Amino acid sequence: MPYLDQTQPEILRPVSNLFIVMSIVGALLLNALSWEGLWLSLRPDFVAVVLLYWCTHKPLRIGVGLSWAVGLLADVGDASLFGQHALSYTVLAFGGVVLSRRIRMFDLREQTTQVFVILLSTYAVYAMVHWQVNGQVVWEYFLGCVTSTLLWIPISFLFQSMRQMRVDRE
Amino acid sequence: MDSTQTFQVFNRGPSPGARLVFFVVLSLLLMFVDTRFRYLESTRSVLSVLISPIQRLATLPYSFLQEAGDFFVTQNSLLNAKKALQRQHELDAIQMLQQQSLMQENQQLRNILALQQRNQFTAQFAEIVYAERDVFRRKVLLNKGSASTVQAGQVVMDDKGIVGQVTRVFPWLSEVTLITEKDHAVPVQVLRNGLRSVAFGAGDTSQLSLRYMPVSTDIQNGDILVTSGIDGLYPPGIPVAKVEKIERDAAYPFARIVCLPVGGVDKFRHLLILSSMPKQVERPEPEPVPDRQKTRKPVGH
Repeated sequence: MPYLDQTQPEILRPVSNLFIVMSIVGALLLNALSWEGLWLSLRPDFVAVVLLYWCTHKPLRIGVGLSWAVGLLADVGDASLFGQHALSYTVLAFGGVVLSRRIRMFDLREQTTQVFVILLSTYAVYAMVHWQVNGQVVWEYFLGCVTSTLLWIPISFLFQSMRQMRVDRE
Repeated sequence: MDSTQTFQVFNRGPSPGARLVFFVVLSLLLMFVDTRFRYLESTRSVLSVLISPIQRLATLPYSFLQEAGDFFVTQNSLLNAKKALQRQHELDAIQMLQQQSLMQENQQLRNILALQQRNQFTAQFAEIVYAERDVFRRKVLLNKGSASTVQAGQVVMDDKGIVGQVTRVFPWLSEVTLITEKDHAVPVQVLRNGLRSVAFGAGDTSQLSLRYMPVSTDIQNGDILVTSGIDGLYPPGIPVAKVEKIERDAAYPFARIVCLPVGGVDKFRHLLILSSMPKQVERPEPEPVPDRQKTRKPVGH
């Protein structure tokens, strides 16, 4: 598995802004699909995983501010409290940016455990706001954290290969 | 991560920690303003212009799947459906004939008594794009907005009864507050004896309650409540709820009456938005006691 083992880093082409924007829009789209019932609680937070990927791999371009803005959009889309997603994505981006060098040192399997902790804190922040406002904790919500973590490997794999396909020289 | 760098070759702006604090404070502030006040509605509607195409696109596969499913139906099921529809049609046709003659008669009687005619209302078809994911908020988003001349305050119903009322309008979306939302009021009338009241949403369950009804009031289990049309907002005679449980406790001045909505408040996907009825406002005029009526009939919000 060439991608799972990242000890010899490959040279990847610089990522275009369009690619980043399209990936985030795609994630928003996947989140907005009509999930219902158990599927809704099992739904991974695509936006969070994609943002985390860019925060760890391009920490100088995608950071706390942009994640916050995407969170606001997610708030409008979900009709949740204005700033709820924004707050949790801010925490996510902070974790991603600060740990970016460490995470990139590991291979994909080891990254997963690190990513799980960041995603768990993101989910915890969102659930905590919900608890403060509505006075109840929905525990099924945390199932999404597990599926989001499981999504980390396929998403990294996909983006890595898409970035590689663009190599012609270099 | 080593955060004690003494110099920076490239200026990268504030540190992640500073950014985290700034945006966390900003988010908390936004949430506070959003829960306490309603200043952010315009911001929300501007941002919804960005996000609603994505949402629209996301509902496409679902509707596509449904259409594909419609295409691959068996002939047998079609035949059965056709038979059932035909039977229903025959039954309805008889009732229609009766209704037409009754309407004619009613109109004549109203003419004779010089009462104002009941207005016809027109309806706009809409589909639920998005149901709120919050257990405590009874709201849905429809796919028609101010672009299709939907206005806040319009009444939303399905084929069985009242479902809710449009409360926020975005360019391509509109938010409907369901009648089961806490403290949402609908002026109603008991179909059996014409008793007037106001049905309030219970909020946490999909129930309605009639408040301020005396213990001795003439109401029974299974009574159908229809809109009274007195507020000039809800058209008269549309089913709202059915009385489910009555608790008459002599210790309290009012009876506790629990009703269940007749319309599929949290069931169906397709709804009708009724156009507002401008002429209806004149109807309260012949009522002789406006003061008492005002205190007893709060208009639905």
